[in-house]
Formats: sequence, C-alpha cells, structure tokens
Amino acid sequence: MYEYNQFDHDFVRNRVREFRAQVERRLDGSLTEDEFKPLRLMNGLYLQLHAYMLRVAVPYGTLNSRQMNQLAYISEKWDKGYGHFTTRQNIQYNWPKLKDVPDILDALADVEMHAIQTSGNCVRNVTADHFAGAAADEIEDPRPTAELLRQWSMDHPEFQFLPRKFKIAITGAPNDRAVTKAHDIGLRMVRNENDEPGYEVIVGGGLGRTPMVGKVARDFLPKADLLPYVEAILQVYNLNGRRDNKFKARIKILVHETGIETLREMIEEVFETQKALHIPPSEEMVKAIEAQFQPPEFDAGPVDEEKLAAAIESDPLFKSFMETNVHEHFDPNHAIVTISLKPIGGTPGDATADQMRVMANLAEAYAYDELRVSHEQNIILPHVRRDDLPEVFERLREAGLATANVGLITDMIACPGMDYCALATARSIPVAQEISNAFEDIKAQHDIGPLKIKISGCINACGHHHVGHIGILGLDKAGVESYQITLGGDGTETATIGERAGPGFSYEEIVPAIQRIVERYVEIREGVDETFLETYRRVGAEPFKNALYPETV
Amino acid sequence: MSIIVRDDGFHKDSWEADGGLFIDLEKFGQDVASKAPDKTALDIPNDVSAHSLTGLFNNVAMIRIPFPSFADGRGFSIAKQLRQIGYEGRLRAFGHVIADQYGFARTCGFDEVEISEELAERQPQEQWLARLPKDNLSYQKKLLAEREMRNA
Ligand code: SF4
Repeated sequence: MYEYNQFDHDFVRNRVREFRAQVERRLDGSLTEDEFKPLRLMNGLYLQLHAYMLRVAVPYGTLNSRQMNQLAYISEKWDKGYGHFTTRQNIQYNWPKLKDVPDILDALADVEMHAIQTSGNCVRNVTADHFAGAAADEIEDPRPTAELLRQWSMDHPEFQFLPRKFKIAITGAPNDRAVTKAHDIGLRMVRNENDEPGYEVIVGGGLGRTPMVGKVARDFLPKADLLPYVEAILQVYNLNGRRDNKFKARIKILVHETGIETLREMIEEVFETQKALHIPPSEEMVKAIEAQFQPPEFDAGPVDEEKLAAAIESDPLFKSFMETNVHEHFDPNHAIVTISLKPIGGTPGDATADQMRVMANLAEAYAYDELRVSHEQNIILPHVRRDDLPEVFERLREAGLATANVGLITDMIACPGMDYCALATARSIPVAQEISNAFEDIKAQHDIGPLKIKISGCINACGHHHVGHIGILGLDKAGVESYQITLGGDGTETATIGERAGPGFSYEEIVPAIQRIVERYVEIREGVDETFLETYRRVGAEPFKNALYPETV
Repeated sequence: MSIIVRDDGFHKDSWEADGGLFIDLEKFGQDVASKAPDKTALDIPNDVSAHSLTGLFNNVAMIRIPFPSFADGRGFSIAKQLRQIGYEGRLRAFGHVIADQYGFARTCGFDEVEISEELAERQPQEQWLARLPKDNLSYQKKLLAEREMRNA
C-alpha cells in the first residue's frame, strides 16, 4: 500500500490549513458564497438537502485497517455513526457541521487521507479495478498508475477550473471492473507486439443526461508518455470544452461535437509540445511508487481444503456466500472476499461505525491489512487464505455483513436520491429497499443468477442506471415520482447503454414491474446458466416489454 | 483604478500613466506599426489560440488575458501555452481572479494579476501573499519537470 512521504504529508496538512483559513474568510466576508463554493467543493464539501456532506477520497479504493478505523471514529465523533460508500470508491458523511470540517480533514490527514478534489470542476479521485493487485485475470496492477495520476492531478494549477468535472478510471485486467468506457478518460493497461507495457486510452465516456460510451483516442500509449498525454487531453478540454451550458460541458460532448478524429489530432498536437517540453517522471520515481504496491508476502503453508469443504458442506449459507462473495485470487492459496453492503432492505453502501471496525479488524487479522472499496458500493478483503474463509464468514455474520448476494439482484447500486440529494427528482434508496425486500429469499436470488439493477434519483445518473442490466431512473412528472426502466445496459468491457423500455411507472408500480421482468426472464431463459443479460441479448427487448406493459399486447 | 498584484504586494496600475496602451487583438494589425513595442500591451480574448499569436508577441511588451469569472479557467491554459511557445514578455491576468488562485496564475506563467478596487478591498494584500508560488507545494514540479531550454 502507498505510504505518504514527507512531501505528501506536508501537502495534505498545508491544504487543511488553507481550507481552515478559507472557512474563516467566508465567515468574515472576504469570500462571497459564490467564490467559496468551488473552494469548498475542491475539498469535498457539498451543500445537500438538509446539511453539508463531506466526500472523502479513498484513492483507487485502497484502504488499510488503521484508515478504516479512523473513518469509523470520524463518523461517531462528527457525524451520526455511519458512512456511505459511493460508486466512486469514496466515502461520504451526510451530517458534518461546517465548523467541524477542518478538524475532520486533520483527522483524515493523521491517517494519510484527504478529501481533495472529490468534487468541483477538476480532476476527481482516480478510480481503479477493486480487485487490483489480487485478481487472477490481472495483467498488471493499475494502482501505481492511479497513484501517479493522483499526485499529478493534485492542485494542478492549470486544471482546477475546468468546464466541468473530470473522471479517470483505470484497469489492469481484460475483464473491465472499473467501467473505463463510461469515464472522461478510461485507461486499460495493455502490451504492444513487443511486449512493452502501455495503455489503451479511451476518452469521452460518461453517463448523466447524455450517456455515451467512450471512444479510443490511442490504442497504444507507451507507459512513459502517460502524463504528457493526459496533460494534453486536459489542455484541449480546458480550452475547447463548452462553458455556455452546464449540461453540455463534459468532454463527451466535445468528443461528440468535434468528432474523435479531429479531437485526436488536436490532442496529438498538444502532446508533441508537452513531450518536448517536459521531463516525464524518472524511472526511479515510478519504481518507488510501484514498490509500494508489491503484494504482501503470502502465507504459503498448505491450505486445509478439508476444513473448507466441511464448512461448505455443513452450512448452506456459507455455501451461498462462497458462490457469490468469493472470487479467484492469483495466488491459489488465497481468495478475494467481497463484503456486501446490501443487506436485505438496507441502504446500499451504508456501513455503521461498528461494521467499519469489524471490517478493519478482519482485514488486519485475515487479509494482510488491506481493504478495498468497490464502485458497486461493497467492501473487499483482497487476500484471504482459503482455510480462513469459514472464520471470516462467521465474524461477518455476527456483524450483519454476510449477505450472500454479490452480483445478484439485491446487490443494487442506488444513488442517495431524494433522501439526501438536493438535485433529486425522486426517491431511490426506498425503491432499492423495496426491491430488496421483494427478492429477499437468498435461494431464489441464486436461482435468478447474476443481475445488476442500478437506480438513479435524477437524470444526472449517479446510480449508473444506464449501465444496469435493469436501470431505474426516478423522474418527476407533474409533482409525482415516475420511474423509467432501461434494459440491457452493461458497464464492463462490452459496455452498452441500456434501452428505454417505455412509459414510466409510479412509485407503487415500480417494484411489481421489476418482478414481471424477472419472472419473464426466468420463463424464457435457455437453462439456468443463461444470465439475464445473455437472454436479453438473445431475444431483445420485446418479451420484456410485453411483460411490462401487458395491456398493450 | 485597478490594482496590480505581484509577489511583493499591491500596486497601482501605472501602465497607462507611463504612456502605455492597451490594444485589442482585432485592432492590433492596423495600429501596431505606429506604436513602440515597449509601450504596447495586447488584449486578447480568452478563446484565442496561443499559437495564432506567435507572429505578434515579440512586438508587444505585455499580453493581458481576461478572466470573465474566476470559474472560467481557460486563461490558465492560454498562459501556459504562450510560455510554452516562447513568449517571454509580461503576462497579466485581468478581471475576476481570486486570491486563492494567485499561485495557480503565477505557476501557469502570469507575472501579475489586475483586479478591481472592490475585490482588492474584500481580499486584502495578505490573502494574496499567502499564495506565493515559492511557497507552493507542487506535485507537478516533482513529476513533470520543465526542461531547461524553452524551444521557441
Ligand atoms: S443521480 Fe441525481 S439524485 Fe442521484 S445523487 Fe446524482 S444528482 Fe442526486
């Protein structure tokens, strides 16, 4: 795991001091509310419906137990004893007081964390594959690159006042778990024909009111050219992105309106200048960062497979947990455990302080002190010895954290919606809770199989509904909530934007509508191995539309 | 009267009092021949390409880039590009720049910032001097060092 050097420490402390002064200057009138707003946003502080919200960066989703314990402490000392893990691998506190925020930021700095650039029109927290450094299918750990980009983007003097926010995601595995095609820049680690490492660079993806799948700007960018190239993309965007309409200001619109060919030339031209003028990070510097992400020294002792098999045999719940929440690790003695923050009927992504401590303790005892936050709002123990899995499961069960639903219908993404968000046009958390209750039976969920439902409470699409196998978008139709369904979305390497199914449903109708889709799928699938998405791709939207709108058939 | 902010604090703008002129880019073609370069400042809009100015910028002593709003960051990139392509004259940011941006402006290549008296009153000198570039902790300097020679 990356450990701060003196410079990182000084930088973060200095930033807290600056913010403390900015809060004072807002109070004494030096800064107008308008001027203060982007400054507080750059430090992660939003004004929500009922209160301020502080979004804390968890760079590329990686945490250790000390940091997780501190997040628990902060939630108890300055908030209401819980936190909300987000689709950007961050954590949000929903109830901090403005006057406490500088102290919270200091408490974060104590454990090498910050809230810098988690909001505002700047380069946001860089996200990465949540199985990074552990997945069996990984070509290379993407986190050293993500860390390099984190440092490069911190307080970048040229790019703090962009037309709009800017999100970068990176994956080092062919199975894209980082949704790289729905980001302003998506990076995929690849190798060229000479086996040299580099990146495929995708630009202009994004969801929101105009969802777009990103386009390839470069199929192969040598590793050493990364910063000058990204700098070039940002400069082209800063100068040419639209500033006349907030809803057309993301780089995806620039890509769309300019055309990828022209834009590619513009980027290349600036890149040539950047490359000639700058000395990219030295190899030592890059190596020093990479060295911090070396895998832990894995316990190579033989795994007690019999113990594991017996536990699976004797406990059907553990068996279900093994099927959905445990994934293959590159080290055969170990496994990746996903802790679901989607208990039946709960708020997706919420964890109490006590639960955070349980997860921290488990990481320390069983996972080489590492944790990850996934963009699917779950927590990951990336390296657990296989014969420790029964104990880990037991401890999770005691803490109400053992729901065996990862990747299944109740493992939903839902944005905060009307319960917290000032922009919301409908509730999303209660919809998620009711769907969860409707499909509560774990056995039935396992029978339905992999299915991603994603819910947004307004057109801004923070719940990624466009890339949900079933997407739900909550709108306001003449003062009444109306939920629009999209089908067939996909956020992986085969990224697709879901198609609108038809007219919206009221709050009372939406859960039965989802049930009809699922029932139809179970009826028409070719065997239990055909997933919802596969069935959808085979038969198209028609059968599902018929199930949704029977009166029109 | 505008206030000019530099690393040593606030100054009254003496450019015009000393006989200097501000000339809009679009008028520059006609007027330039008759003016002494060292008395000429060029006003450019913030959507112009820096590369289109290479032929002109050696004939002026100053270029002034407007900030219609502090939230419009185009001026930072234009300044950066001008420096990258070899402009070595005075570079001034002009308009709604706030004290918190002073370090960014300087790092991108501006020499000074021109603000209104109202803003100068609201954000007095010490708030700007708290953002001197020499005190900036810059990751970019560490990571993407600028080459010694500027290839003009
Ligand atoms: S999608 Fe809309 S309602 Fe949901 S968090 Fe984003 S802005 Fe708020």
